[in-house]
Amino acid sequence: MSWKIWSLKKSPWVFHVNAGACNNCDIEIVNLLTPKFDVERLGIKLVGSPRHADALLVTGVGTRQAVPRLKEVYRQTAKPCVVFLVGACSCGTGIFHEGYHVEGPVDKIIREEDPNAIIAYVPGCPPKPEAMISGIVKALSAL
Amino acid sequence: MSVPLNILFWVVVIPGTVILGLVACWIVRKVSALVQWRVGPPLCQPLYDIMKLMGKEILVPQDAQRTVFMAAPLVGLAGVLLLSMMLWRITVAQTAFIGDIIVAIYLMVLPSLALILGSSASGSPHAAIGTSREMKLVMGYELSLVLAFIVVIIKTGGQLDLATIAQQAPALSISGMLAFLVALLCVQAKLGFVPFDIAEAETEVAGGVLIEYSGALLAVWKVMHAVMLVALPLFLVTVFLGGFGTTGWSLVWGIGKYVLIVVLLILIKNTNPRVRIDQAMKFFWFYCGIALVAAIILATIGSYYGIGWL
Repeated sequence: MSWKIWSLKKSPWVFHVNAGACNNCDIEIVNLLTPKFDVERLGIKLVGSPRHADALLVTGVGTRQAVPRLKEVYRQTAKPCVVFLVGACSCGTGIFHEGYHVEGPVDKIIREEDPNAIIAYVPGCPPKPEAMISGIVKALSAL
Repeated sequence: MSVPLNILFWVVVIPGTVILGLVACWIVRKVSALVQWRVGPPLCQPLYDIMKLMGKEILVPQDAQRTVFMAAPLVGLAGVLLLSMMLWRITVAQTAFIGDIIVAIYLMVLPSLALILGSSASGSPHAAIGTSREMKLVMGYELSLVLAFIVVIIKTGGQLDLATIAQQAPALSISGMLAFLVALLCVQAKLGFVPFDIAEAETEVAGGVLIEYSGALLAVWKVMHAVMLVALPLFLVTVFLGGFGTTGWSLVWGIGKYVLIVVLLILIKNTNPRVRIDQAMKFFWFYCGIALVAAIILATIGSYYGIGWL
């Protein structure tokens, strides 16, 4: 394992992208940063700019309005980076399947941008913070 | 100190300062975590962050002025390392030159200046807001900081070299204490800690001045911030609290003074919400200004009539 990947595992900074979510997953992501779960002990930090980020936490189905922005944010993220799809909507459009405003599952959109993107799925509506931590750990140990 | 030991010291002092800075960064994060009833990051977390950023891609925005954008972090780091070298030289070798307090004041501006240059070269509207805030903040606190050092110069009888100032402890008087408290708040603003993190405000301007930086360049900014966390409290100890010894109890006492300043900074950071830029300017120019004018008058009276405690 190269030192780049090793240190990436030790300090994954996350950026939160809302691609048309109902705000439920977003509240659970904010829960993740509270003292109860305290992800800073794993080196996880929420940053304000995609250029600082190592992981994108994408919530929402990927609406027509959100898709160009999502692609732009993915292009702006410094590589190597990991994409986390948080919630049933971003994992596979969920209850909005074939809705008029849905551009497609988020993983398809990310793959259009970069076929070799590393994508992890955290299902749930919304997923529990414990599930998100477990997803992050599994995705990082697969790197 | 013998000659080989001396040479060895000056070889290890720059990496040593960086490592001390990373430890200080960890102390800031750990104490903040403990204040918030959390566990906090492990000791090596700042080191992991720097390593990770070194291994990442560097993105330069299309509209950026490339040379300035790439050079600014290095200029800032060089300035703050030079400042820490001057302080180590005064502390360890007890050598100084007349007027080095003025050189130190100039070197302390350099990181903020580099930040302003780098972020305005990035061509991002968020960075532009951050730059304008940082510029106003620098104009705000710089006046108070220089006035606070003028109080020290009056208290020590017109001394301009830090080695002589470090022999005395101006903070043990009314005017010196006022100047010390104001200088502590100015250092808080210089470090970009919370009541004055207006330029980097992550919730409003998404990282502000640092928004376009990524990879190794961001790592250089982080290292610069870490070294500032060593140099600026050390400077306050040298100027206000009677310096840093190198032997026995005076060394322990010196470390105690440094830790006292860092803990004060962290507690201010964790117990205050962010202020607006106009509030910060008003605070530094109006309230700190009045306190410093009072301190200068007291110090002048004290030195004229020879009253030490004024």
